[in-house]
Amino acid sequence: MKFLKKTYLGLILIFLYIPIVVLIIQSFNAGESRALWEGFSLHWYAELFQDERILNALYVTLSIAVLAMIVSTILGTLAAIGIHAMRKRPQAMMMTLTNLPNTMPDIVTGISLMLLFLFTRVERGYVTMLLAHITFDTPYVILSVLPKLKQMNRHTYEAALDLGATPLYALVHIIIPQCKQGIITGAMLAFTLSLDDFTISYFTTSPLVQNLSTLIYSATRTGIDPTLNALSALMFVALLVLLLIVNRRTAEEKAQ
Amino acid sequence: MRSDMTLPSWAWIVMVAGLVAFVTMIVVSIRRHQGVKRSLFASPYALWMIIFTVLPVILISYYAFTDVNGAFTLDNFKNFWDSHYEMNKVIAAEGERLGVDYSAYIQRGSVNVDTLVYSLWMAFKCTLICLIVGYPAALFMADRHMKLGSTLVVLFIIPMWMNFLLRTVAWMSLLEDSGLINNFLRWLGLDSVQLMYTSNAVLLGMVYNFLPFMVFPIYTVLSKMDYRLTEASADLGCNSFQTLYKVTMPLSLPGVISGITMVFMPSVTTFFIPRVLGGGYTMMFGDLIEAKFLTEGNWNAGSALSLLMMLLILVSLSILRKVDPNGEGGGLA
Repeated sequence: MKFLKKTYLGLILIFLYIPIVVLIIQSFNAGESRALWEGFSLHWYAELFQDERILNALYVTLSIAVLAMIVSTILGTLAAIGIHAMRKRPQAMMMTLTNLPNTMPDIVTGISLMLLFLFTRVERGYVTMLLAHITFDTPYVILSVLPKLKQMNRHTYEAALDLGATPLYALVHIIIPQCKQGIITGAMLAFTLSLDDFTISYFTTSPLVQNLSTLIYSATRTGIDPTLNALSALMFVALLVLLLIVNRRTAEEKAQ
Repeated sequence: MRSDMTLPSWAWIVMVAGLVAFVTMIVVSIRRHQGVKRSLFASPYALWMIIFTVLPVILISYYAFTDVNGAFTLDNFKNFWDSHYEMNKVIAAEGERLGVDYSAYIQRGSVNVDTLVYSLWMAFKCTLICLIVGYPAALFMADRHMKLGSTLVVLFIIPMWMNFLLRTVAWMSLLEDSGLINNFLRWLGLDSVQLMYTSNAVLLGMVYNFLPFMVFPIYTVLSKMDYRLTEASADLGCNSFQTLYKVTMPLSLPGVISGITMVFMPSVTTFFIPRVLGGGYTMMFGDLIEAKFLTEGNWNAGSALSLLMMLLILVSLSILRKVDPNGEGGGLA
């Protein structure tokens, strides 16, 4: 029985990993064909670092992910603290506003933002994409910070005030440290969401400013060239290494 | 600063003004209350959401109910129901002008409704497959005797780091006529099969992309479940299938509901997968909306479709909420 269960899970994992394995193998293929193996080569990796378009898209993707993460983490953490301190009715209203983007399909969010930019005659490009990313990231930050605030003991904050701390001091030294974990989770979520987004970026940018997703999308029409495979294999490995480092550090912290 | 930071100057002025207003509000509040009123911290976010979420939704509704000249009309919705609506109107008017009965030429065009029904049908199939495949997976992951849970969660998440467009495109190399699966079949001496550009290929791509969203919420609920309940049920004489059916499954319902929501919603609206794996022959509702905006440039018709889509999602969400009123299913984590 145990063997059967493990086999079942193994099969699902194979299903999930097959395309990734195929993709990584292709990135080492000497030829351009998707199906024929023409020998091992690092040709596509070399090409990758000379491809202006891909490097530019990588820059756009990473810089937007970082900027959107920073802004949405600040905006979201402040908002979570504010929402937590609100009375019932405004709080319920703010929560509806926060849950609204989650219930909206990506394509509708993207199109509604596109309409906003077209309507206000703001030219779509880097900044509009950034604004859109901040918009869909922030609710996730709030939703990961709020539970931590709710778990917090209210009285610690009041005690700090009674003991002569200014509200700002109490905020920085009492509230923020206690929901640090939630803030970090929110920031990481924001970063990955922004990194992986396609639909909303597609509608809020111009063809001149492309991130990796929109670049890949336009490449599907002409045929994906293996340079993109090489890039995503690299990014995949980089994230994997990052995860291992983070895991080891948390394990060490626990051990101490 | 990048050279393509092309916001008009008034947009910058609005942003700076908003920031100044926020700081002034905080300062005034500190003066008055001898401290910061904390609920004010949410005001920049509230402002942000009004500009970038509420206003855009209002804009969609505005375009959905107006024509090109900005006059109120329901034509966009009639166009959805009958894709020949404009043409039929012309035929009818012409018939009236000539005094001839043209009603035989008036036919309802059902493209839009058919696309919607097709999308719902595909999303339904995808959700069902994800549930059938994903439930046992979540169940085995949560199995206390196997101690696999947290490792497997990580193993399920890792593939999602690879750009989902590329992962979907990678399926092409497996499915196409000269692809790995067909090469393997030929090597076995069998006939090759047409796999790409079929609705089954699209379905495969959808299941592939959304399966983790079914597994995680169910796993979360199952792993939090009090395992003594299943032991008690065994002690009271249930065999393992009865325990599964009578104890575990009802308790995991919130996770199932959450999973269904998280799979069904993106499945109805997906617009990349059908294009790549279906070759554009099998249009789904997301493609239709995109085509209305970007190919036809008809914002009004596109907005009406988007609005209908939103309505559909809201209705299905509220039905699902009735089954799980407390939202216990949770999200990804």
